[in-house]
Amino acid sequence: MTHDILIAVLILGALGVLFAVVLYIVAQKFKVVEDPLIDEVAEVLPGANCGGCGKAGCRAFAEACVAQGNMEGLRCAPGGDAVAAKVAELLGCAVAQGEPQVAVVRCNPANCGEKRKSNYDGLRSCAFQATVYTGEGGCPFGCLGCGDCVAACQFDAIHMGANGVPVVDEEKCTACGACAKACPRRIIELRPKGKMNRRVYVSCVNKEKGAEARKSCGNACIGCGKCEKACPFDAVHVTDNVAYIDPTKCKSCRKCVVECPTGAIHDVNFPAPAKKPEAPKPAPEKLEVPVAEKVEVKQ
Amino acid sequence: MRTFRMGGVHPEENKISNDAAIEVMPVGKQMVVLMNQHLGAPATPVVQKGDKVKVGQLIGEAQTFMCANVHSPVSGTVLKVDTCKDAFGLSKPAVYITVEGDEWMETIDRTPDIKRECTLEPKEIVAKLKEMGIVGLGGATFPTHIKYSIPEGKKAEYLIVNAAECEPYLTSDYRVMMEHAEEVCIGVSILRKALGVPNAYIGIESNKPLAIAKMQEMAKGFEGIIIEPLKVKYPQGAEKQLINAVTGRKVPSGKLPIDVGCVVSNLGSCFAVYEAIQKNKPLIENILTVTGKELPSQHNYVVRIGTTYNEIISHSIGQLPETTGKVISGGTMMGKAVVNLDAPTVKGNSSVLVIGEKEARRAEETNCIRCGKCMHACPMGLEPYLFSALVKNNKVEEAKAHNILDCIECGCCFFSCPANKPLTDEIRLGKNKVRAMMAAKK
Repeated sequence: MTHDILIAVLILGALGVLFAVVLYIVAQKFKVVEDPLIDEVAEVLPGANCGGCGKAGCRAFAEACVAQGNMEGLRCAPGGDAVAAKVAELLGCAVAQGEPQVAVVRCNPANCGEKRKSNYDGLRSCAFQATVYTGEGGCPFGCLGCGDCVAACQFDAIHMGANGVPVVDEEKCTACGACAKACPRRIIELRPKGKMNRRVYVSCVNKEKGAEARKSCGNACIGCGKCEKACPFDAVHVTDNVAYIDPTKCKSCRKCVVECPTGAIHDVNFPAPAKKPEAPKPAPEKLEVPVAEKVEVKQ
Repeated sequence: MRTFRMGGVHPEENKISNDAAIEVMPVGKQMVVLMNQHLGAPATPVVQKGDKVKVGQLIGEAQTFMCANVHSPVSGTVLKVDTCKDAFGLSKPAVYITVEGDEWMETIDRTPDIKRECTLEPKEIVAKLKEMGIVGLGGATFPTHIKYSIPEGKKAEYLIVNAAECEPYLTSDYRVMMEHAEEVCIGVSILRKALGVPNAYIGIESNKPLAIAKMQEMAKGFEGIIIEPLKVKYPQGAEKQLINAVTGRKVPSGKLPIDVGCVVSNLGSCFAVYEAIQKNKPLIENILTVTGKELPSQHNYVVRIGTTYNEIISHSIGQLPETTGKVISGGTMMGKAVVNLDAPTVKGNSSVLVIGEKEARRAEETNCIRCGKCMHACPMGLEPYLFSALVKNNKVEEAKAHNILDCIECGCCFFSCPANKPLTDEIRLGKNKVRAMMAAKK
């Protein structure tokens, strides 16, 4: 009886040793050397895998950082400066400084709600609607309002506003750029947050000529160039009938805001001026846009 | 009676404008001719502000391969060369012409005589089709001269003419058959000659018995024209389905009709071919149906291209009824809603269809119950419900692997879905995503 037990123990013991040797050899042969630094870097990243850095995910970003040895050209937008500092400390390199950015929706339609020129009844997707027609407001460059950007946001930072155009929650926005990529009309832009979160931007991307643009939307930039002339810092330029404010040159003097005849230039987070109650800037009296008879859109 | 094998639906036919003879729509005061009236690149304007043009004069030239010539539908002075918003509100290059009189090019034969003989060689026919700016009038507006330039190594065996007119409401092809049967047959003979095929088959759905009888009678006088009555089923007029119905052949995934030896043309195109080849008349007119259940009268018109939707509506019925929900260009299955009624009509427009408010609205979408009706309805043998899920979850690769690009966007899946899911929309979105992915890979 004891003999039988002994044989079993010996056979199993011998097998165990044999497998251990095989496993050891295999483990040595196929060993993957991974820098433990990658794990450490990945640990300090937010882990949202938003793809805002241009890499496949947070781990891919960590790998890129470690492979490069410094943070040049690499930035985790959601993490911001805090994460950048931590990663730089781990890598032992200089901190990559980047100005914090925020997503800005450049559309302020006049033809929303009751003023819609048509009713869209099809698939709730901006990407699809953009292939069908101009959209309910009638502007071929305007927001379509189906919320592709809202669906794309991983941080719950963008929601549809009351006038059918998305509103960005500045607190939550990490400037990962997912919404900007999702927008088929390329309305959303990442802009520097600006000093004290104050910034000035043209809230329109309509490239039509003045009269046409005005027909499309009462709040459209008509490319008149008044802002261009008013700007003392050469920050505003009109190209393709639409003005664009260069955030690197803009000093937020807001001379252009006053000049704009259609109210297309927005200033946000400025305190109300003493002489003219202007902020948050109410849209100026709109031109009455003749509403074509309502035509429904299937397809 | 023949029909295609797989799928298909039978929507309410509503051919209420069947008995309205083709009338001539008067020319307006100003015409806007879009340069982008066909599949492919827009034509390049060859006139300038202040130029005098005659009816049929070339105003837009095809300078790239996938393009077609555009001719002036009216005589007068060019007001400007600018952009114009099309029926869907999108800006397109256009030539504006102020109408003065009605002076036609001298080359165009305007006599009512019917010319039967065509002495042109096949190559000359194709060259003339190109010159006259003929495009397929079945809806896709594919330039006809490209279709009839058979690539080397391929051989056409069948010419199939689509007179199925399977879309509900549309009756323009029916009226052409009833009123211009002989011209159509001559057009078909010309195309048959251009291809060098022994026989041409004209597929007509059996809900048009008078047209079948008339065409059969007329075809007796022509060599190699066979009338093929077809069982009523949508989408019979789709190229691949019509080939399957008439010849029994199946166009493989990703291939063209010519790969199985077939060329398909629309009946309206055959009439346009007759006018172009025998009468030197470019494609400057559309035959279109003005119809709708709530309209006081039904019409079929021959309309100069560039006439706006509003002009057509005010001439035919005065104004839109109060209850109008939408105006569709094309049939109820594949047509598109017109958003801008001030837009000019373009080549290939086949109808101004007015739909009442109630019918225009889509029913509320509910959840998929996996009944599989969309699969049974799909004439291409695809699985629409699957694409719906794949597209929603952005699984573009997988959608491509399930042949999403084979979808012909006929709308049968959406039509048959008891949950009212916008399946066709989802598939179209998916196709765009797949194409974008393929372009990115290149």
